[in-house]
Amino acid sequence: MAELAHKFLIEEEKVYPGALSCRGCGWALLVRHIASILGENTVYVVPASCYSIIAGPFGLSHVRGSIVHTVFAAAPATATGIRAALDRMGNRDANVVVLAGDGGTFDIGLQSLSGAASRGENIIYVCNNNGAYMNTGIQTSTATPYGAVTTTNPNPSYKKTWPKDLMGIVSSHNIPYAATCSLAYIQDFRKKIEKAQNTKGFRFLMIDGPCPPGHKTDPSQSISIARLAVETKLFPLFEVEHHRVKINYFPKKDVPVEECLKLQGRFRHLFKEEAKDALKEIQAQVDSNWKRLVKLEEISYQF
Amino acid sequence: MSNRKGVYTGNELIAIAAIDAGCRFYAGYPITPSSEIMEVMSKELPKVGGAFIQMEDEIASMAAAIGAAWTGVKSMTASSGPGISLKSEHIGYACITETPVVIVNIMRGGPSTGFPTAPSQSDVMQARWGTHGDHPAIALVPGNAKEMYYETVRAFNLAEKFRTPVFILGDEILGHMNTMVELPDPSDLDIVERKIYSPKQGEKYKPFDMSKGDVPPMGAFFRGYRFHLTGLNHNEYGYPTIDRDMIKMQQERMMKKVENHVEEIVKNELFNMDDADYVIFAYGSTGAAAKLASKMLREKGKKVGVFRPITIWPFPDRQIDEVITSGKYKGILVAEANLGQIIYEVERVNRGRLPIKDLLKVDGTPVSPTDIVSRFEEVF
Repeated sequence: MAELAHKFLIEEEKVYPGALSCRGCGWALLVRHIASILGENTVYVVPASCYSIIAGPFGLSHVRGSIVHTVFAAAPATATGIRAALDRMGNRDANVVVLAGDGGTFDIGLQSLSGAASRGENIIYVCNNNGAYMNTGIQTSTATPYGAVTTTNPNPSYKKTWPKDLMGIVSSHNIPYAATCSLAYIQDFRKKIEKAQNTKGFRFLMIDGPCPPGHKTDPSQSISIARLAVETKLFPLFEVEHHRVKINYFPKKDVPVEECLKLQGRFRHLFKEEAKDALKEIQAQVDSNWKRLVKLEEISYQF
Repeated sequence: MSNRKGVYTGNELIAIAAIDAGCRFYAGYPITPSSEIMEVMSKELPKVGGAFIQMEDEIASMAAAIGAAWTGVKSMTASSGPGISLKSEHIGYACITETPVVIVNIMRGGPSTGFPTAPSQSDVMQARWGTHGDHPAIALVPGNAKEMYYETVRAFNLAEKFRTPVFILGDEILGHMNTMVELPDPSDLDIVERKIYSPKQGEKYKPFDMSKGDVPPMGAFFRGYRFHLTGLNHNEYGYPTIDRDMIKMQQERMMKKVENHVEEIVKNELFNMDDADYVIFAYGSTGAAAKLASKMLREKGKKVGVFRPITIWPFPDRQIDEVITSGKYKGILVAEANLGQIIYEVERVNRGRLPIKDLLKVDGTPVSPTDIVSRFEEVF
C-alpha cells in the first residue's frame, strides 16, 4: 500500500471534493496541488476573483486552510499584515499565500503587488492567469492576449494590444523566486511550488489558467490546450531567481501558434481571410519573445 | 434610429440613453452588476465617434472621466458599491473642480463585496456623503426601465447645468430586468448642450468666476485660453488660495449652486395620493413595488398612496413637508432595501408630526409588494 501511495503525486488531499469551479477550470486543480504541498498550516488571501467563489459557500468550500477573501485591490497588502503579525507572534512556519486572478494581479492589484514585492514580504503570490475578468463576464484585462475577443473588446473587433509582461515587472523587483507554471506540466509545477516553499521572501508563481467559458474551449481539452500553449511558446515555462532567468522546458519542435489558438473560440475570427495578418503578428511576437527569453537566460549567468 | 422598440435590460438602457444624451467618453472597470453598461459602451461608443476605455481599476476610470470632461466632452463612468468606494476621492475632486460627469451606481448588497448579484439600496447615503468634505450632491433614483433611460438623459442635463457630478442609483433588479421599451428619437429629447466658454477680445477665462451666477461658465482645453484646476481650495482663476474670504465664498457658492436650484432638480411621483389616508415612501425598485402594494391595499379597502422620489439628492424637503402639513394623512411607511438610511431624512422633515414606520430589508431579495402589504397591515 505504501508503495502504491508514492506513485500518486498527491499523497494526502488537502482540498474537499465538490469545488464550485466551472468544468475544465484550472483553479480547483492548481489549488489542489498547492495545498497538497503547503499543507494545512496555511492562510490563503484571495482578492475578488473566480477563486473567491470556488473557495466560498460552506459545504462546498474548497481548500483546507484559513481563507481571507479580501478586497480586489489589496490582497498582497492584507497578506503583508498577516505575515508581519504572525512573525511577531513567533509563527514563522505558517505559509501566507495569495491566490489571485489576472485582473487582481495585472490591473487593480498591481500597486499592492509591487509594494509587497519591493518590501520583500515573505509570502507566496499565485496568479491564475486566465487572461480576462472571467468572474464578472469575460471583460478584457491587461493579461488578455493580443487577438482575443472579450465582452469589452467585442466582435468584429478584438484586443489589439499586447498583454503586460508581468513576469518582467515582478522579477524586476529583484525577488528571490518567480516562475511560470502550466497544469499540463504537473511535475514541473509541483517542483516550483516546493521551490517557492523552500525559498524565503517574496515568491511569485504565474499559472496559465484554462477557462472553458471564457476561452470558448471544450472543457475536456483544458490540459491539452495548456500543453499546446507551452509547445507553441505562447506560454514558456521559466523561472527567475533575482534577475537570473532559467528556461525549464525547450519545446522539441516548432509548433505554430495556430495549433493552440484554433482550439479557442475567443480567437475564431483570426482564422478568417481578413485577419491573416494578425495571426502572423502573433507568431512574430511569440518568436521574438522566445528569442529574448533565450538571450536573457544566456546572459543571466555571465555576471 | 427610427424603430427602436425592443427588449432591453436597465443597464443597456442607461448606456443607450447616455449616447443619446451626447455622452462621447466612457471609462470603466468590470464590476457586477453594472458591467453590461460598459459592454454596451464598448460596442456602441466607437460607432458614434466616441471613446471607450477600459481602465486598470476603479480609481483610474473615474479619473479618466474627469479628465475627458475638461476637453469638452460629456463623460461617464459606471460601477457598483465597492467600485464607488474606490472612486470616492475623485468624486470629491469632481465636486471641487466643478466637473460635469455622470456616475452610475448599480447598487448591490454591501458593505464591501457584500452580495454582488443581489439588489440593494444601501448606497443612498454614500451618494450624498461618500466623499469627504462639504460638497453638493445630485442623485437620481429611477424606478423602472423607462426611467433608467430618461433619468440618464436628465442626469447628463443636470451635470451640464450645474457643473457637478451626478449619480444615477439603480440596483441589480433595475439593471438586469428585461423590459419591452420603445425608445424615443434622440432628436426629440431635451438635451442641455455644453456651452464652452469663448472669451471676448482681451477677456480672461475664470473657471470659477463668481460674477456669473451660481454656476461659473465651463471651459475646455485649447480654446484660446489656459486655466488651472486643482483639488486645493482655489480662487476664481483656479489657483490655490489661502485667502479666508475667497475660500468661504467659493465653498458656499459650490453648495448653493444646488441648494438654490432644488426645485429644478427635485422630481417625485405621487401615486394614488389624492384620497389616501396613509403614505408609503419608497424609491427605486422599491418604489415600483410600493405602487403595486398600494393597489393591493386598496383592494382590501385601505386607502394608501405612494410618494416616490425620483431625485433623492437634493432631498425633496418642501414636497414632503407639504404632504405632511396637508393634514390629510395619518402615517408614513418608509420602505427601503437597507437597514435605515433615507428614513432618517423623512423623519428630519417630519419633525415628529406623523407616525413613521419602517420596512427595512437586507436579505438579498428585493422588497416585494407583499412585503409592503403585510408590513403595512402590521403597523397601521
